[in-house]
Amino acid sequence: MLEIRNVKKVFNRGTVNEKIALHDLNLHLAPGDFVTVIGGNGAGKSTMLNSVAGVYPVDEGEIYIDGVEVTHLPEYKRAKFIGRVFQDPMMGTAATMQIEENLALAARRGKLRTLMSGITKAERESYKEALKILELGLEDRLTAKVGLLSGGQRQALTLLMATLQRPKLLLLDEHTAALDPKTASKVLEATQRIVEKDNLTTLMITHNMRDAIAYGNRLIMMYDGHVVVDVSGEEKKNLTVEQLLNLFSKVSGSNEANDKLLLG
Amino acid sequence: MTSFFNALPGAVSQGLIWGIMAIGLYITYQMLELSDLTVDGSFCTGGAVCAMMMVAGHNVWVALIVAFLAGMLAGWVTSVFHTKLGIPAILSGILTQLGLWSVNLAIMGMKANQALNVKNYDLLVSMRFLKDVEKGTRGFWQHPLFTVGLVTIAIVAVLYWFFGTELGASIRATGANANMARAQGINTNLNKVIGLMISNGLVALSGALLAQYQGFADINMGRGAIVIGLAAIIIGDVVFSKLFRNFALKLLAVSIGAVIYYVVIQAVISLLDIDSNYLKLISALIVAIFLAVPNLRGKTFGKRKEKHHA
Ligand SMILES: Nc1ncnc2c1ncn2[C@@H]1O[C@H](COP(=O)(O)OP(=O)(O)OP(=O)(O)O)[C@@H](O)[C@H]1O
Ligand SMILES: [Mg+2]
Repeated sequence: MLEIRNVKKVFNRGTVNEKIALHDLNLHLAPGDFVTVIGGNGAGKSTMLNSVAGVYPVDEGEIYIDGVEVTHLPEYKRAKFIGRVFQDPMMGTAATMQIEENLALAARRGKLRTLMSGITKAERESYKEALKILELGLEDRLTAKVGLLSGGQRQALTLLMATLQRPKLLLLDEHTAALDPKTASKVLEATQRIVEKDNLTTLMITHNMRDAIAYGNRLIMMYDGHVVVDVSGEEKKNLTVEQLLNLFSKVSGSNEANDKLLLG
Repeated sequence: MTSFFNALPGAVSQGLIWGIMAIGLYITYQMLELSDLTVDGSFCTGGAVCAMMMVAGHNVWVALIVAFLAGMLAGWVTSVFHTKLGIPAILSGILTQLGLWSVNLAIMGMKANQALNVKNYDLLVSMRFLKDVEKGTRGFWQHPLFTVGLVTIAIVAVLYWFFGTELGASIRATGANANMARAQGINTNLNKVIGLMISNGLVALSGALLAQYQGFADINMGRGAIVIGLAAIIIGDVVFSKLFRNFALKLLAVSIGAVIYYVVIQAVISLLDIDSNYLKLISALIVAIFLAVPNLRGKTFGKRKEKHHA
């Protein structure tokens, strides 16, 4: 479903701040793969997701989604295939617009926006239904401005928006990191329900080792701009947090300081 | 005192005309969060095009439509500078405004002004109509307050419809959160182009109406338009934000804001008997006061408008 081939991404090329964020990055996701992504700060996790989403162009390599090369497509065109939730709860929704307006925008992802009505009666009803999966009571607040919602509610709404139109690829960048533990687990559970219901191909970055092991069918670890560990199936299910930390020490050739980084 | 009340209908009429410009500015400044300085130029473009079209014998409605299109073209130029060439919005507008100075002169046949005498042309609005209606030589429907009021309501109605469509909603999303908009597949650059074009179209339409109202187009007629527009938006917000939540009413608040601005200016001039040379200074002071109000309020209550910059 997703194919990343030999991707390289350099920031501030040719300056003192030059940073090779990704190099020799290769990743192949089969349809329905739910992959958790871990790695220390600056390992390139967000850069990988942003490169796939088209936030910025890559310097080398190719990216394919469901067999279609998207390497040179602008972000808004790739959005047709991709649903995204960001770390910052403010980033995924329009605060000054209503819940139903945000959903209506998301329902038209990848479609031509015409002079037809921006939201129809039938849609409103369907959004009421769709919001129930979040178990947050938002179905009774369709016309509330999103700016009035809590961070967790906004993340949950962003998640629903990302998946309202079944995406070929769901990209989650630490989407629960800014939430308190209770809200975070609620949003994670909603994520699980939605991914399972629609059998979505998913990349989920997290700094929480337990979540990385508990969720998904496959786990990758990034270090220094590429994938260094890739486990799946039974092997992944049986992983422990200690084993993960050991793995990380081995690839980074280092000790506790890095372990702390890995845990965030 | 009497001089103020005598001048009132004229001040309100002018305010309504400038209100159309302010509604245009609202689209870029408030909805898209772009500071577009094209308006000082495109306002004059509208006046110049309208005057020349009518002098050439065209019908007033044709002249207004062509003025609107000319304004859209000016907005398009700014949008290309900004979205295609990557020049900051504020500078893009300044560049277009500068270039328009020459273009506007050229439109008027290399003259600094063009008369549009109400005696010779069949105008939609004119200062003269104020007196004519009073004397009974014209029907009330030709009173500038009535005509421009109707045009304003029509514009608000069309904008209300447009920003409720799929495309219109995506333009609102572009201004509200460009990051989210792109993630939802919205071409934010294209939407900025559309927004700048509609905005400057309305600005030019307003200029066209003012040229008719005052009986001439002038190369300086748009000078300070941006200040008047901002004043109208802010006055409308300060006075009506608690009352008007609906989008159509918010647009009307902008129009009323422009009217309040003109009435206040008129009051200052006629009540204090100030030389009209001080007009610009007074305008700047009034705008500064209204701009300061929301900030001062925010400080006293310790809260600020939450605004997200992606
Ligand atoms: N827009 C940018 N401009 C310059 N450098 C950047 C940019 N984005 C990321 N980098 C750099 O690229 C490297 C990889 O960053 P990235 O954000 O992908 O890390 P990450 O794995 O997501 O880390 P974290 O766990 O802290 O989120 C870092 O060194 C970072 O400083
Ligand atoms: Mg990151």
